Amino acid sequence: MMEDETFTDISGKTISLDCQSHSSFCREFTVSSPKVSIGKVMVYTCSVWLLAYAAFFITQNTAVLSSAILITLVGMMFHIHFVKVDHESLLVIGSLGIQVSSSYASGREITTFIEMSKIKDIVINEAIYMHQIIYYLCVLLKDPSEPNAVSSVVPLFQSSKPRLNCLVKVYKSCQEILSKSQ
Amino acid sequence: MVLKIFFPQCCNRADSGLLVGRWISGHDSAVVLAVIHYPFIPGQVKQYVQQMQAQSGVELSVLGSWSLPKEGQEGMESFLRDLSTIFPQQRWLQIRRQMGKTGFTCEVLNRDQNGIAAQRTVKKEEEEDGDGDAEEKEEEEVIFVHYEQRKVMLSQLHPIESGDAKTDPPSELRQVFQTVALSQPLFFLDKYDDGPLKSTHWQSEGREASIIVELLKQASVPLCLLLSWLLSVWTWICSVRIFNFYPLRFLSTKLSTCVQLSYRTEHMKTLSSPKPAAGHSQFMRKANMLVSVLVDVALGVLLMSWLYRDDHITMLANTLVPAADHVAKELDQLLQWLMGAPAGLKMNRALDQVLGRFFLYHIHLWISYIHLMSPFIEGILWYGGLSACLGLSFALSLLSDMVALFTFHIYCFYVYGARLYCLKIYGLSSLWRLFRGKKWNVLRQRVDSCSYDLDQLFIGTLLFTILLFLLPTTALYYLVFTLLRLVVVLFQGVLHLSVDFINSFPLFAVGLRICRSYRLAEGVKFRVLCDEPGVALHLLMEINPLKVSTVVQTYQTPTYSCYPETRGSPWSRSCSLGSSSTPGGTKPPKAD
Repeated sequence: MMEDETFTDISGKTISLDCQSHSSFCREFTVSSPKVSIGKVMVYTCSVWLLAYAAFFITQNTAVLSSAILITLVGMMFHIHFVKVDHESLLVIGSLGIQVSSSYASGREITTFIEMSKIKDIVINEAIYMHQIIYYLCVLLKDPSEPNAVSSVVPLFQSSKPRLNCLVKVYKSCQEILSKSQ
Repeated sequence: MVLKIFFPQCCNRADSGLLVGRWISGHDSAVVLAVIHYPFIPGQVKQYVQQMQAQSGVELSVLGSWSLPKEGQEGMESFLRDLSTIFPQQRWLQIRRQMGKTGFTCEVLNRDQNGIAAQRTVKKEEEEDGDGDAEEKEEEEVIFVHYEQRKVMLSQLHPIESGDAKTDPPSELRQVFQTVALSQPLFFLDKYDDGPLKSTHWQSEGREASIIVELLKQASVPLCLLLSWLLSVWTWICSVRIFNFYPLRFLSTKLSTCVQLSYRTEHMKTLSSPKPAAGHSQFMRKANMLVSVLVDVALGVLLMSWLYRDDHITMLANTLVPAADHVAKELDQLLQWLMGAPAGLKMNRALDQVLGRFFLYHIHLWISYIHLMSPFIEGILWYGGLSACLGLSFALSLLSDMVALFTFHIYCFYVYGARLYCLKIYGLSSLWRLFRGKKWNVLRQRVDSCSYDLDQLFIGTLLFTILLFLLPTTALYYLVFTLLRLVVVLFQGVLHLSVDFINSFPLFAVGLRICRSYRLAEGVKFRVLCDEPGVALHLLMEINPLKVSTVVQTYQTPTYSCYPETRGSPWSRSCSLGSSSTPGGTKPPKAD
């Protein structure tokens, strides 16, 4: 079952949510951020190179030009490998655990798996983020020895920051599975 | 409840037979370790399972049956179903797979106390009918988690839990990993064995071994014995009484070469113990030490080959004495500058001259000492360079010690300046208290008011004024020599840091993380394999390797870094109060 409605993130950019139900106790939610826009890339590259040409015009040193090219290339590679998140996904498997993964524009994926025995609950929390109050989905973890205390909080969808309507959808789906397995 | 079955990928195409594995208590899951093929004699299977259980310490049992029917094996299903009566189990799994289809189907047979089998069908196409005999309406869902057996067997989950301190039972994944790792005896039976049983697991195509590893294992025992004998001789030499006299022992704690020597001896002692490593942490520590010693020695030999070629030693020796001369001349000029009007400040002429002449004479002594030593320098360098064959860290610590010896005069100047300054500050603070009518109470360790006599006050104020006006001169000398000492200490600090780095960096662990990343696992990751409706859920479990920074943090060998001169803020504070960082440093004066 695949769904695709238009949701936005907290700054108004369009994101997309994809819910897949692999079985009655296994669901996967993927939130995709907007891709890198070609206009922005061109603007940055052109401005850097114009500056480099201006510097070259003044100093007549070709090292300025080659260093500008190098900086642009390295900067772009760094951006798509470490900064730009393409999509984040949440895989909930009842009675096994929750897997949170974010994949970057270069294809690199960072995955964390949290076992069901460590999970207390999934909730929507409020947070003060600069001048706004935003909602975010998070997983409450507990120590298996202390089932009543929350030992730590793992926030989900940190880079895409969807708004409440998207979060509520994910929350309801997750709670169906979690309530059955705990 | 959801039943989780951890199924090895190597058994996906195994012939029909029995599943051998372990039920994980408390978690409603089972780990399948191997498939024993038809034809077999049930009595022999039971005997084999018990034998394996005794050898490995894992609670093995026959979990159920596996059926992958090939052509001409139609009667297999009913035969395998009847087997559930032979092997008494609480639960019996019947896993079936069709050739050409990806999904498995599983039936779970639960046996209650009376031995009556109640059957629950799972996820079959005709599930909507509702079986007549199954009264319990709760559906038992099954998840198949496929894992790669060899990788899980060799992998170690982090953070490593020590076996004895277990307050709560290990988590499900940890138990799965432990089960597979401990079941090594089960994987020794391969298809070339002539025994009565044939099984499928990751090693059933033939046992793997590496000739080099086996040869090294054989060679390591006599090597370890030789090493431990050499070490015992060395420790006997070191503990000879003549070395225990006070000056030598004090020196040996100060010289970084001796410290490094003792440290490496400890390492070699750990390495040369003939017992194999018990547990993952010990194995990694030993391996890291071995690799670090080898790399150290290799770099040292490289350095030696550069040093002893093309007369580099003579070149070094010939530049050393002129360099020392040059430093002395610069110091001379510095002192002449201080004795004049440095940076426009007006010094107290008499004190200035005294201090300046004193230090100048000291430099003169030092230069004559260096000139006395100059014919021997080349010899010292030559024999000192031989120490590089023990390792680059020894060469670096020797260099640091030599730098300390050659800049001993700067150290002396620093000590003189510091003592003078400290004394002055001490006197000033005490007389300042007198000026305000207070006194330091030694008994109560606090400042109390006190009424002084008039002559005490008079002399105290006089002395206070004298000390105050002499303060800039001493302070300037102190500042200059502290800065010089700082330069030397920084250089020595860099050398010590690199020695520390060579000692503690876990090269083997980082190499393992890069080349065999599945061995150091931070966790697992799951991928959904097939989710056709009507078939049980299949997941692929892959190993999520540890981050390199965590690897370095977990496995770095502890070192002996205890060089207070290189510490940051407490050092600057002690500097401003005049207490010098010497072994017998003065107490910082009590400030109010």
